[in-house]
Amino acid sequence: MTNPYENLSWLPNPPPDFAQRLAVVNSGSELRELAKYGVDENQLRRLSKKLQGMQDQHADLAPLIPVSIGVICNATTKLVTPMLVGTALRFGIALKVVEAEYNQIAQEAFSEDSSFSGHQLSAILVAMDYRGLPLLPTPGDLVSADKNVRDCLGYIKSVIESLRIKTGAQIILQNIATPVEALSGSYEGRLPGTLSWLCSRLNFELDGLVADDTFIVDIAGLAANVGLANWHDPTLWNMAKLPFAQQYTPIYADYVCRILAARLGKSRRCLILDLDNTLWGGVIGDDGLEGILIGNGDPTAEAHLQVQRTVLELRDRGVVLAVSSKNEDATARKPFQEHPDMLLRENHIAVFQANWSDKASNIKAIAETLSLGLESMVFLDDNPAERMQVRKELPEIAVPELPEDPALYTRTLIAAGYFEAIIFSDEDRKRASFYQDNAKRAQILNSSSDMDSYLISLEMEITFAPFDATGRARITQLISKSNQFNLTTKRYSELDVKGLEEDLTYYTSQIRLKDTLGDNGMISVIICKKGPEIWKIDTWLMSCRVLGRRVEEAALLDIVNHAKEAGAVKLVGIYSPTDRNIIVKDHFRKLGFTKTSGDSHIETWDLELAQYQAPKIPMRFKYAL
Amino acid sequence: MQPIIVEKVINQLKPIFCNVFDDEALKIDIHTSAQDVDAWDSLSHIRLIISIEKALGLRFSAGEIADLKNVGEMAQLILKKQANI
Repeated sequence: MTNPYENLSWLPNPPPDFAQRLAVVNSGSELRELAKYGVDENQLRRLSKKLQGMQDQHADLAPLIPVSIGVICNATTKLVTPMLVGTALRFGIALKVVEAEYNQIAQEAFSEDSSFSGHQLSAILVAMDYRGLPLLPTPGDLVSADKNVRDCLGYIKSVIESLRIKTGAQIILQNIATPVEALSGSYEGRLPGTLSWLCSRLNFELDGLVADDTFIVDIAGLAANVGLANWHDPTLWNMAKLPFAQQYTPIYADYVCRILAARLGKSRRCLILDLDNTLWGGVIGDDGLEGILIGNGDPTAEAHLQVQRTVLELRDRGVVLAVSSKNEDATARKPFQEHPDMLLRENHIAVFQANWSDKASNIKAIAETLSLGLESMVFLDDNPAERMQVRKELPEIAVPELPEDPALYTRTLIAAGYFEAIIFSDEDRKRASFYQDNAKRAQILNSSSDMDSYLISLEMEITFAPFDATGRARITQLISKSNQFNLTTKRYSELDVKGLEEDLTYYTSQIRLKDTLGDNGMISVIICKKGPEIWKIDTWLMSCRVLGRRVEEAALLDIVNHAKEAGAVKLVGIYSPTDRNIIVKDHFRKLGFTKTSGDSHIETWDLELAQYQAPKIPMRFKYAL
Repeated sequence: MQPIIVEKVINQLKPIFCNVFDDEALKIDIHTSAQDVDAWDSLSHIRLIISIEKALGLRFSAGEIADLKNVGEMAQLILKKQANI
């Protein structure tokens, strides 16, 4: 099988006793582990049934995150829904799906009473295919064709805006898989007004049409990847109004769930690479610098070159790179330093672990050095035994199965969709080097005996600014991705953030940090609801890469200064514990707040402003207006 | 059609039926029809057909499926298709 999109080939094959193992599952994490196999439609259906049974019994599903979505479609959704529920488990989501009536898109969107009313939905999947749009082919008539495209776009826009306003849910819109039949052959796409011309134009225009917090699922891309003539199945459409061939429901559901997961900040951020037979062909310890296969002129060497090229491109998109190899350190570094055909160099790698310990321990060390969670990591290794060991020891890590042929490594890695992006900011472009600077800072810390002198030596400069249009994308990204240093883990969309920019009843703060080793960019976001006497801290989050730099003390100083100036007398901090933000459980205590109430779901902490004493913090303060 | 050959096809179909209707104890024979299986509705019928197509490497047309009255007829249709491959 050379097409990884056909059968989720990056996931390991389900065990023969899958059904028996599913029968005895009694926790959310066990259910998630079973969903991480390359399960087929029937197995996904069983996973979804099992989850439903556990939900009906009100079982504790932690650490699965409950998410409710609506689905609206011009075709049958009954068979797809269990696939979405089963697949969402793979991403740690306990999904509930509310289905709209079959082929009632306009009614659901525009009438007062809809299937969605009374439900708290965080997102709605608008799954229209070309048969659900008012497409009127007018081959050869450009004027009518243009008008038809505008009408269709207007229809889609009014549907999604109406759903958004009525339900408050974010919209996930799928684009349009082009129909197969090209009546005029190769000329079809050039002839204005044909169905495929209209579909291409629509897909092109959709990006500019939708609001910033509407997500597009690239079903046109998926259908093209599996082959349009495979995707569209006229028999099934006629028989049961199934929108595409059912064998693709697992990958379809994976595409949709990737976006659901990315909304929750669950996209992966770090790629850990094996060296021998992964980044190059051969074994550096045995074959030596001249013997390894990398570069142009040999098919195996070119295959590994392609792996390096892709890895570097991922780095440009903000994916942090690390190496884990069973080798002598000096031997492993040699190709990076001396081989003329290597694209990857030492300065691209944030953490380099070459030794003889097992890979799971090495990967844990990499995660610690980078202050990234294991669930942010992907591990690429050609060796099935290493993959199995890492998967078993560290189930949070994504470890793609790879085909035998290295020419297919890249395709498989990318098909797995680990690095799903829902936004792309300047920070993404620079992230890989931030983490590298951080690894350098960790080294300085090792050599500096006293924390304060280390901080002073960093010559930090902290900049505060209220929310603004420039920072909006990054602010939204931090709000949607930060899990660890996040006191309340409230998620806001880009539209919400825009709203806060103008809302005078809120104090908003975006904080940036520079030091001698580099620019960290925006590293903290704070939102306070201003009252006449009491300011309530609604959101306080910080990037873990600046942990231990006293940024939180500097941030509090700024909040206090603003609150005092506005005449307030007290700050109220909220801490909502999750299984991922334990790191901030003593945050308010450390800053001098007093706990006034608390249970396992929410704690309240007070700070009387009159009692606050400003600490001396070794940074320069700057205020942007 | 020889009953022994039909029996062979039905044995191939059994695990598919069990899987689709999520019932390991499900028994089928040539007389079994949708009335005999609780979960066999129009939607699971489609799932059944798709699962059979996938497992046996066949495709059915809507017309062929519409005419089927029981598992026996389904087995006959499968044999006919397999003979034509």
